[in-house]
Amino acid sequence: MSIQATGVVKRFGAFTALDDVDLDVHAGALTALLGPSGGGKSTLLRVIGGLETPDAGEVTIAGRDMTRVPAHERNVGFVFQHYAAFQHLSVYRNVAFGLEIRRRPKAEVRRRVNELLELVHLEELADRKPAQLSGGQRQRMALARALAAEPSVLLLDEPFGALDTKVRRELRGWLRALHDEVHVTTVFVTHDQEEALEVADEIVVVNKGKVEQVGSPSDLYDKPANDFVMEFMGPVTRLGGRLVRPHDVHVSAAHVDGAVPGRVARLQRIGFEVRADVTTADGDLWVQLTRGQADTLELTPGSDVWLRALA
Amino acid sequence: MTTTLVETPVGATAPAAAPTGARAQRTGAPLGRASGLTLGVVMLGLSLLVLLPLAAVGAEAATNGWSGFWASVTAPAAVDALVLTVTSSLVVTAVNVVMGTLLAWVLVRDDFPGKRWLELVIDVPFALPTIVAGLVILSVYGRNSPVGIDLFGTRWGIMVALLFVTLPFIARTVQPTLMAFDRDTEHAAATLGARPRTVFRRIVLPPLVPAIAAGAALAFARAMGEYGSVLLISGGLDKTQVSSMYAFSLYESYDFPGAAATATVLLVVSLVVLVGFEIVSHRAGRRG
Amino acid sequence: MADTLAPGRPTPVAGRGRGGRIALRTVGLAYVAILVLVPLGIITWRALSPGLPAFWAAISSQQAITAFRLTAEVAFASVLLGTAFGVALGILLTRYHFVGRRLLGVLADLPMAVSPIVAGLALVLVYGHNGWLGGPFEAAGVDIIYAVPGMILATTFVSLPLVLREVVPVLQEVGTDQEQAARVLGAGGWHTFWRITVPTIKPALTYGVVLALARCVGEFGAVAVVSGNVSGVGQTQTTTLVIAERVQQMEPGAYQLAFVLIVTTVAALLVAAHIRRKDELS
Repeated sequence: MSIQATGVVKRFGAFTALDDVDLDVHAGALTALLGPSGGGKSTLLRVIGGLETPDAGEVTIAGRDMTRVPAHERNVGFVFQHYAAFQHLSVYRNVAFGLEIRRRPKAEVRRRVNELLELVHLEELADRKPAQLSGGQRQRMALARALAAEPSVLLLDEPFGALDTKVRRELRGWLRALHDEVHVTTVFVTHDQEEALEVADEIVVVNKGKVEQVGSPSDLYDKPANDFVMEFMGPVTRLGGRLVRPHDVHVSAAHVDGAVPGRVARLQRIGFEVRADVTTADGDLWVQLTRGQADTLELTPGSDVWLRALA
Repeated sequence: MTTTLVETPVGATAPAAAPTGARAQRTGAPLGRASGLTLGVVMLGLSLLVLLPLAAVGAEAATNGWSGFWASVTAPAAVDALVLTVTSSLVVTAVNVVMGTLLAWVLVRDDFPGKRWLELVIDVPFALPTIVAGLVILSVYGRNSPVGIDLFGTRWGIMVALLFVTLPFIARTVQPTLMAFDRDTEHAAATLGARPRTVFRRIVLPPLVPAIAAGAALAFARAMGEYGSVLLISGGLDKTQVSSMYAFSLYESYDFPGAAATATVLLVVSLVVLVGFEIVSHRAGRRG
Repeated sequence: MADTLAPGRPTPVAGRGRGGRIALRTVGLAYVAILVLVPLGIITWRALSPGLPAFWAAISSQQAITAFRLTAEVAFASVLLGTAFGVALGILLTRYHFVGRRLLGVLADLPMAVSPIVAGLALVLVYGHNGWLGGPFEAAGVDIIYAVPGMILATTFVSLPLVLREVVPVLQEVGTDQEQAARVLGAGGWHTFWRITVPTIKPALTYGVVLALARCVGEFGAVAVVSGNVSGVGQTQTTTLVIAERVQQMEPGAYQLAFVLIVTTVAALLVAAHIRRKDELS
């Protein structure tokens, strides 16, 4: 089920959260809405889900115009950052909720809920209350709940934001695997570029209510459309007046025509990487090398180097 | 801090819908010298002020033995008074459950100029002297009613008076719970296909039940024991005599055992119903 | 919560949507207006329409003046007692553990469930001249029942839980961190109490005291029993009792006195609301 948003505008009082935003998500894709806090990505997700009504623009899901359709008729699955678990219901009843609303026969509900609980590995905890679960378990429950009624799209709003780093990493891989198995069109919001790069097929960078760039992880990382995207997606440093990636700088110990001369101010060994802070006439920057490269060049603080951007 | 005018109780008399963030401290320091002494003084004070007097009521009620007690309690006037008191209190509590929840909803989820004043007005009946409340009700619904509604000497008059004084109880216990409510659960329910009315019924209301029960318990207790506000509108007629008035009349005629018997029954019935509310709120909390 | 992103109002998904909200608001406001505002308006009119001379006569008679004095005496004494008890109990219940702690909490809260008439009766049975403890007091020439001390006891009884209920949630929520820090820094129990605990609970305490004061000023049933409702010489009638007498004897001046009490109540509520708002903003 594909998703299209065209010309979406959303204002809250004097604040414009979304400023003429377009979005195109293919059926079955796993897309990340990536950007800094307050940039509008959550708002865009909520507009798609029907939890916010746009001031202008259209939202189409699976070919149907959903712009004025209320949330409870959109058949979208939504997962919230803080789980939004129904505290007074058991895990089983939480997951069964969507099916019970649709008045599915009891046997079908039971079958489907158990199926999903197995999928998220919560079968043992079906009778517990959400308060008795860990954060990661609650989020898995929330996922199962959202998937139970077979939504046309799955929307996740910073789903791992409230979890420990380790659990976050686990669930990231897990979401990817789940998507590969279930194949529902999935859009998730995150401010963590590592997460987007790791999980998504396609990334939409949203900043200050506008879409900065859309592309695959490698597109965004290697061919950023502007400085903002470049800075957001990965480490940057300045060479010759432009932004470059610290690991995309070629370092020579001998003079090279057209290269920028500089002097090594500081060397730091971090694991197998070496970070060199270099002073040049135009300013300071840092360069990332492997240990091997640094050793070959016999770099020490005070060495003269010549730098050239590779990309 | 989520203090309200009608706060959740300290002890076990009614269910505690604790404001979120309040950590129930099961542990505490052991008593030291100063604190032990303070405890002693406090216990002495409470015994002299509360425990002993209430025990005296029970003892006085038993002065004429079980038969005397039973005779007092089953006297027609006593029974009539009790029936009137209990039914009025239950009806008024039921109305307040609905209106109190509605008012709490309006106070939390709605926004309009003057909302602050609404809060203040809701609190007035609670803080107003009961006799003044009685006079207020009488001036509107009494013999010279400016709106032409004469409820003097009727049960309806009594119920209006009780509605007046119990207005804030449920609204103010539900309000903090509603304010702390996780709105995302409502959004989640909507995305799962629930219409707004269903969301309210199945997702918002159940977690509110403990707070509603706590407020209902307070409202009921207040209504059961209410005296000043119903005194005037009842007109002193026998058929509109609530238990507190009946007890007072026995006291005035020096029938202390009779007064004490009525008081005991009133206390027992109140406590039984309060325990009932606590059970309801407990059950609601565990179901699902 | 995602709502914190949006300064405006999110699309309502519970309740009844936009139209429903207006309906609820209307019903709520209408209910409160009819139940509270209209009656208050009518009584204000009744109190003020006979004019200023009548108003003055009603509140400046000997009976009224004495009543005001009695009300003030009894209320202030009761609030003092109730506050001392309330704070002490609050701290004992939340900071210490001991056998019977739960029971003590129940006992302190019990007056909420007791009718004022029962309270009055209970006190008479203990402190009246045939009461359990009446003997010794009478021998000493101290009148409790049908006198101010008894009225203070009765008023303290009914208002006892009020300060307690305000103070306990704050004590529970604030926790002991600050107090423990003070201890570590060398402050003894009394010091910790005055410099750490009290300032922490001050807003809630003030709020509770204002409420208790309003309650004590307005107490009727318990005082009616305990005071003997004496008019004229040796008056034990507080303001509320005078109002009742004037109504029941069909004498003038009840509305005016009631109006005075309404004004004091509303003033107390405004002060309390102001305290709460100031505390919430800080």
